[in-house]
Amino acid sequence: MPGAIHAEGLVKTFGDVTALDGVDLDVPEGTVLGLLGPNGAGKTTAVRVLTTLLRPDSGTATVAGVDVLKHPNEVRRSIGLSGQFAAVDEYLTGRENLQMVGQLYQMRSGAAKARAGELLERFHLADAADRPARTYSGGMRRRLDLAAALVVSPPVMFMDEPTTGLDPRNRQALWDVIKELVSGGTTLLLTTQYLEEADHLAHDIAVVDHGKVIARGTSDQLKARTGGERVEVVVHERDAIAPARGILARYGPGGRGLDDVSVEDHTRKLTVPVTGGAKLLAEVIRDLDAVGIEIDDIGLRRPTLDDVFISLTGHAAERARDEENGTGRPPGKDRTNRKEPAA
Amino acid sequence: MTSLTDRAPRVPAARGGIAQSFADSLVVTKRNLIRMSRIPEMILFGLIQPVMFVILFTYVFGGSMQIGNSTDPDVYKNFLMAGIFAQTVTFATAGAGAGIADDMHKGLIDRFRSLPMARGAVLTGRTMADLVQTAVTLLVLAVVALIIGWRPGYAAPTNAGKIMLGFALLLLLGYAFTWIGALIGLSVRTPEAATSGGLIWLFPVTFISNAFVDSSKLPGWLQPVAEWNPFSATVQACRKLFGDPGLSPSDAWPMTYPVWASLIYSILIVVVFRTLSVRKYRRADG
Repeated sequence: MPGAIHAEGLVKTFGDVTALDGVDLDVPEGTVLGLLGPNGAGKTTAVRVLTTLLRPDSGTATVAGVDVLKHPNEVRRSIGLSGQFAAVDEYLTGRENLQMVGQLYQMRSGAAKARAGELLERFHLADAADRPARTYSGGMRRRLDLAAALVVSPPVMFMDEPTTGLDPRNRQALWDVIKELVSGGTTLLLTTQYLEEADHLAHDIAVVDHGKVIARGTSDQLKARTGGERVEVVVHERDAIAPARGILARYGPGGRGLDDVSVEDHTRKLTVPVTGGAKLLAEVIRDLDAVGIEIDDIGLRRPTLDDVFISLTGHAAERARDEENGTGRPPGKDRTNRKEPAA
Repeated sequence: MTSLTDRAPRVPAARGGIAQSFADSLVVTKRNLIRMSRIPEMILFGLIQPVMFVILFTYVFGGSMQIGNSTDPDVYKNFLMAGIFAQTVTFATAGAGAGIADDMHKGLIDRFRSLPMARGAVLTGRTMADLVQTAVTLLVLAVVALIIGWRPGYAAPTNAGKIMLGFALLLLLGYAFTWIGALIGLSVRTPEAATSGGLIWLFPVTFISNAFVDSSKLPGWLQPVAEWNPFSATVQACRKLFGDPGLSPSDAWPMTYPVWASLIYSILIVVVFRTLSVRKYRRADG
């Protein structure tokens, strides 16, 4: 049985740019799929197709069992959408915004009013409820946008980079809301650039790049593919790099000896993949100390989003660029730091 | 802390059809009226401009214009008002276009398009709100016109019913033109472009007409353009209904039956541009 969100072979091109290049997705009911990818990978385009905002060139999709292309208005009754750009009317107050959305979901005006009050309380916007949304901070706007998506508590939610640009406190608050939703049975498709976020919230992760799903799995599976933990050491003297490398190689996977240890000469940083955690770190420090190598910094590093990306795609995720927004920014162009795939 | 899902209302059954379309349009109309009321400077400029035009045209051109055989500034003043009224209602085009372009530009349109609402309601709601604003502007303008000496019935007898019909035709023309504005707003990239794109073409449309000059004094080749201009039909209809001087004596059909011509033109514009706009809105890929 197909999941609450199911897509097969989605293709969408903008001019000569292929935003989606045959995307298949399946999100079982009540679970969270994290769509992870750099800017321009096609995440937003995928969300726009699934939320009926954009017609794909080819492919099929169902949401809550309803065909997205054949019965878009039926799909709209089952979904909530919240994005990185808060979609609220800045001249309307928070309360007016939520009431309007409720009424457009075909609620009666009294019911819409009551629900608006409830959500404003829940999202800590009660004090600002009767101020125009343009006086809200970024975090408040985002909360209002999310509240608008939850007016009818839709069984399927789409969140497009919900925490991009939020400060840590607001991000945490949003995560709590998302967890609450999911524990209430909501199916969620979440796009993000942050592995940490996907890690926290998603049952499954699909890594997207150049309009294709290039890897799927749980966050543990993905991390395993990137090589797990590493020890990073910064030595004090350049001369210490060579002996330190020899010591570190003992803790590596062992297959390639010295080649297991990567060296950055100018920062005097050595990195080696390890298994064994914190206990091993103490041993490394002891060994280096025993031969008198002075160290500036040492640490156990877990894979970051960049590691996942470099490993899976051969290029780093770029966070600084403007997110693709369906206006046809060429995905994948002007990438400067392209490398050969690591494995 | 369970209000998010447990007690949340379910989506009510769609009412569908005209009833839902009307209800949704009203919700969006209300939203746009609230917006307008929170940007009072927009309403103010919308009022100042036509009032300024009335005063400039009356006192600058008034003495030099010949209407029929008369060069009396009083005749021109009474001739002018229908033209200014009609031009004013068409300027709502720019507001509608800019408003819709602004919505398209921001994320809000994605919210609307992801809701189970009637497809034309975002546009209809905007044009209806503009209609309300146009009505207010027209009311203020009529009062100013009366103050500076416009006298309905100046050249021919009229009555309250005819005057009301004249204003109704003006509002209908304004409503029709906001649908042209809607299409412009959907076709451009920025609200600024919609404002200028919504205004520029209005100048030839409103000037190559009978609004400000006696159209029989235009160059020969321009006369039929002016006489068949939909805008001219409404101006001629208003002059006829208000009993203003300077009716075009042309025997072109819209000048002979201006009330019908105005009605038909406006309805035609609404049908054509509403259809095109709603289609474009549905396909808008943001």
